[in-house]
Parts: sequence; structure tokens; C-alpha cells
Amino acid sequence: MAQNALGIDLCRMRGLPHVSDSTHSPQIARARAAFEGIPHCQHIGMQLTELMPGWGMITLPYSPRLIGDPRSGVVHGGAITALLDTMCGVVVMATIPDCQEVATLDLRIDYLHPATPGLDIRASAECFKVTRAIAFVRGVAFHEDKAAPIAHAIGTFVFATATAQARQPAADLSGGQPC
Amino acid sequence: MLKTIAEFKRAGRVEAINTLIPYAGLVGLEAFTDEDGLVAVLRFRETNIGNPVLRAVHGGVVGALLEHAAILHLLAETDVQVVPKIINLSVDYLRSCRAADTFARGRVIRQGRRVANVRVEAWQDTPERPVAAAHAHFLLIDEGAATS
Repeated sequence: MAQNALGIDLCRMRGLPHVSDSTHSPQIARARAAFEGIPHCQHIGMQLTELMPGWGMITLPYSPRLIGDPRSGVVHGGAITALLDTMCGVVVMATIPDCQEVATLDLRIDYLHPATPGLDIRASAECFKVTRAIAFVRGVAFHEDKAAPIAHAIGTFVFATATAQARQPAADLSGGQPC
Repeated sequence: MLKTIAEFKRAGRVEAINTLIPYAGLVGLEAFTDEDGLVAVLRFRETNIGNPVLRAVHGGVVGALLEHAAILHLLAETDVQVVPKIINLSVDYLRSCRAADTFARGRVIRQGRRVANVRVEAWQDTPERPVAAAHAHFLLIDEGAATS
């Protein structure tokens, strides 16, 4: 059953088809494969640790290469933006059955607390609303405790399904960017 | 670091700030100055790709360019006395960012005593066809002063 950490059935909550073993469903496999194929995510060391329809988590291990402030060793905001953008996009792909493409339309990040140097950063995201072409997602970045967040994100994503692409071959995702 | 930045500014080499920042080297962030001021650059690298099928740059790295451009703009074009601390960033993704260098220029919309509002646009071929745009808020005083 697709449940998040709170035990909420996310598929039912969103009126999505219920998938009995959602962590092994085709859309999860597709989303995982898409994530593994993103060169930038591999380059900075992101690891997709949990994924189900509607929710997921990625870990970004600390690395001195990610430092944005050499005085303190704090990770650059850009690495956190990339982490949250990726997490939100992968969750959209995991939420939409038959999703072929996802692009970010907009992403807002609130930086709530500087990341602690030396500690891995985790990001989780949930897709809280899906329309025919648009998915609305919120995410949070933190170290160990979600109640002590580093950053919050809220984003809008445009997606195309195989069915939509067959109906309208040139599905126009040009307004967004791959996440 | 501010002392070093001030030296770079005096020498007219604000872009040298990037050499102090490991992340700038990791993704290929650079800068140069033209007649209108500072331009931040995200060099194209295979390791910045976010979509291998379209060979498009990762939206998160474009976000990093916009954030970086905003900070560099504040450091280069204003007389801020601290390294600006980002409060938030809102990015609109307007076009796919192709496998090529990307440029970004910032503009201060309002600079108050404590907070600056900066707009940034990023483009590839020409500034008239932006690939992304952002607005960001920065804190211009150190944390201790902000909370007291």
C-alpha cells in the first residue's frame, strides 16, 4: 500500500488508482530509472532512498565540493535547489501513471536555516494535487529531523503521459525545464 | 572573506570571487563584466545535464546560476557590507535550457537597510529569450543583528 511516514494512503487521498505493491509498480520503476539516468544527480552524489506514489526521499551526502561559503563550510544554496527540484520532479513521475516527461514550471525555495557543515542533507517531497497536465508539489530539506528544516520548497510541474502524447504527438513542455 | 571580496572589487575583478567557492568550480559558475555590469555564467558541462534525452541543463543548476548571479550582483554593484544571505528564491522556468553556456544578470529592485529584493534573468542566445527568471530576497545584516 502506498503510505507515507504518517501511514496515510496517498493513492486514496488523491483519488489515484490503488496499487497493491506501489514501491514495485511500473511508474515507480520508471521514476527510479529516470532519476538514475540524470547525470547531474549522479555527479553530486544524490541517492534516491524512498519512493512511492505521492511521496519520496533523496539523500545528498555532504561533500566539500558543494561548499558555497568557504568561511563556514556551508553547502551552496544551489545544491539544495537542485536537490529539492529533483525530489519534487521524481515524485511527480512516481505519482502519475504512465508519465513520460516532467518539467519544472516554477519553484520557490525558502531558506529556513543554514545546513550544518559535514552533515548529509535529505529532501522529501509530496505531490498534493494533480490536474490533467499540472502537478503541485511541496518539499522540505533537512538533516535528521524534519521539524528542523533547512529549506522548504513549493513547485508546479507540467507533465505528459504516453496517452496524451499519442493523442497529441508534440506534447508541449517547452514552458518548463527538466528537473 | 569580505576583505578579499573588497580587494577583488578594488582591482575590478569581482568575478574572482568564484575562485573562493568550491561549488562554483563544481558546476562551472563564472562571471565577467560588460558595459551594463556583471554577468554570471554557467558553463556547459555534461555533468550539469538534467535530461539526457533532451540534453538539457538541470533546472536545479539553473536555479543555482540565478541565485549566484543575484549574490554577485549585490556584491559587485552595491555597497553591501556583509555577504548577502539568501532568504528565499522563486524561479520561473521559461524555456528548456539547452546544452550550451547560460548567462544571467541581476537587477536590484529595492535595497532597504536590512533586505534587498533582486530580479535575475538567465538566457542562452539572447537576453530577449530568457530561459529562466527569478526574484530573490537577501538579508544584508548579520544574523546576530537581525534577531536582536
